[in-house]
Amino acid sequence: MSQTTTEKSGAAVKAVEPKKKVVLSEGKRAERKLGWLLCAPAAFIMLAVTAWPIIYSVYLSLQRYDLKFPDRQEFVGLDNYVTVLSSPYWWNAVWVTVVMTVVSVVIELVLGMALALIMHRTLVGRGIVRTSTLIPYGIVTVVAAFSWRYAWTPGTGYLAELMGGDPVLTEKIPALAVVILAEVWKTTPFMALLLMAGLALVPDDLLKAAALDGASGWQRFTKVILPLMKPAILVALLFRTLDAFRIFDNLFVLTGGSQGTSSVSMLTYNNLIKGLNLGIGSTMSVLIFIAVAIIAFIFIKLFGTAAPGSDDGGKR
Amino acid sequence: MRDVDRSGRSRKPRHRIAAALGAAIVAAPVLVACGSSDGAITINVYKYPQESFQKIVDQCNSKAGGRYDIVYHKLPREADGQREQMVRRLAAEDTSMDVLALDVTWTAELAKAGWIKEFTGSAKSEVEDGTLQTPLDTASYEGKLYGAPDNTNVQLLWYRGDLVPTPPKTWDEMIQMAETLKKDGKPGLIEGQGKQYEGLVVLYNTLVNSAGGKILDENGTKAIVDDGAVKALETLKKFATSDVVDPSFSNAAEDDARLAMEAGKAAFMLNWPYVYAAGAKNADYIKNLKWAPYPSVGSGGSKVTVGGINYAVSSFTEHSDESFDAVMCLRSAESQKYAAINDGVPPTIESVYDDPEMAKPYPMKDAILETLKTASVRPRTPAYQNVSTVISTILSPPASIDPQATADRLRSELQDALDSKGVLP
Repeated sequence: MSQTTTEKSGAAVKAVEPKKKVVLSEGKRAERKLGWLLCAPAAFIMLAVTAWPIIYSVYLSLQRYDLKFPDRQEFVGLDNYVTVLSSPYWWNAVWVTVVMTVVSVVIELVLGMALALIMHRTLVGRGIVRTSTLIPYGIVTVVAAFSWRYAWTPGTGYLAELMGGDPVLTEKIPALAVVILAEVWKTTPFMALLLMAGLALVPDDLLKAAALDGASGWQRFTKVILPLMKPAILVALLFRTLDAFRIFDNLFVLTGGSQGTSSVSMLTYNNLIKGLNLGIGSTMSVLIFIAVAIIAFIFIKLFGTAAPGSDDGGKR
Repeated sequence: MRDVDRSGRSRKPRHRIAAALGAAIVAAPVLVACGSSDGAITINVYKYPQESFQKIVDQCNSKAGGRYDIVYHKLPREADGQREQMVRRLAAEDTSMDVLALDVTWTAELAKAGWIKEFTGSAKSEVEDGTLQTPLDTASYEGKLYGAPDNTNVQLLWYRGDLVPTPPKTWDEMIQMAETLKKDGKPGLIEGQGKQYEGLVVLYNTLVNSAGGKILDENGTKAIVDDGAVKALETLKKFATSDVVDPSFSNAAEDDARLAMEAGKAAFMLNWPYVYAAGAKNADYIKNLKWAPYPSVGSGGSKVTVGGINYAVSSFTEHSDESFDAVMCLRSAESQKYAAINDGVPPTIESVYDDPEMAKPYPMKDAILETLKTASVRPRTPAYQNVSTVISTILSPPASIDPQATADRLRSELQDALDSKGVLP
């Protein structure tokens, strides 16, 4: 023990000479070592709960592995990927997911912006306005989805009666519209919350100056507020797009994936949990993982989205 | 220094509380598992919610005389939820499940996966003794017995006695009769299950078997979909496109059909016997509600799809002998009679039908027994879940069936499902 410390202090003496590296005192180094030791369990657990399952799914996706036929397990290379990518059910699910993601996120962005502006500007009862806006986000999704389902069921639901008593959830397009509506209702407050944080970054002086220069309300919104809010908008869009792409709970309760309304997550669940086909199911999970990674990559590299706190621009 | 000391001291009890809580959480399931009366072995039975089942369990526990203690765990109400929970725990080799109540269609899957024990020796002969053949078939896979039939079920033809003097023998006759009724301005619709779900598979399986056809081969490894299966598709299409089919047929499950019949819209209905008890409150309706064996497709008799529940013993149980004994008690003639009278589920032991107490709650028992003797089993394959999903997806909606083309599509997608190659919709 004492030997290693002397060796290390010797190294520290040497390190002083070039004077380029940051020199740490013995106490500092001990502190840093302790820091690493304290971090290690957390880092290890993170690896165990995130990296390992990902690696294991990739491994499973290269196997023919169906719990129903345990004796037929074998390595099949990329066969599962060929099967999934040539399946009409998969592509239908991909299109359903993409359409739902794009439509719901666009509507959420517009409504969320409006809500954020309202919440930002209210002078009276600010607390009440903000709280009531956030209520849908506070309700458990499955519970909310069940109330939507009953509301749309002819015979028991007021919305179904309002629409003439047609069973809307039994046809593809109307069912998708209902799912999107439930999604929008549920997550618009989240979007509004993120956007409101962005609105707080817009200095009032700038708006006053623009008004003094004769900019109309719309011009102030598009030329001053929006550019300044861009980082916040992009972060909100990124979060929501990633979330929407993995939609499951609303769909599971509302349609259960019938009438071709399965999303990719729903299809994966059906193959993995219901069908017990670990190979095909894992292949789908890996494909979803890749899709999510691509979406994140596009947002970060192409649009320059930055995670909150990671950019220096925020520290004005 | 004192500060540190103080904070250190103040923290200690908190740690202790946390540790105690943690220990309690870890120990709780263990305590529950062993918490039964006076240290007897606990047999955990997993079954769907059945009203009088706890009484049957209690009776068996008192008969066991302290040798084991059965605990009834209620599974979700829906079949998918039941299967999912059991399968997930079996895949993890959970030793705390002993006896499982399985839908008749799950036997092959769980047997092939090696998750349920085979009934051999005296257990096997005890189960086979006096039990009806078709329910026994549902509990067998590759010539071995994996389950003990608890209750069974078959659909009957229900009709309005005031409108129809003699029940039809075939589908063609039934459609004709309904058309005549409709022409005369009387309620002439026919009710059935055409929604995209297991009920549609049950209907199609009945039609195929009645037409002498096959969906899969005997071993459940090859998709056949022969002429009989095409004939069944023709019948289904003819029915679904006739003007006496209920307009919401393509979205109707059992209860939708029952409610339409009770509302007086229809003259005929194909449904399970529960509709009789369910409609008992409506005196005018029940007075005219008559039953007959299911209509046939051709000239031969009908071969109705059998439903029901079998008990299986988990491969991972730590109390194998006691579990088998518990099964024997839970499905004994006495237990089956109790369940039949109180919960309305048809027994699988033939002698129970002759019991005089059965006559009142089961006026249709002779029709059930007669139907059971010629009943048919759904395809027996470990991939049944996939097979069923493929069939209901392809046949839905029944009105757009194109017999020959639909049969070809069925054959190729079923083969993929059997080879666990395809993607489940």
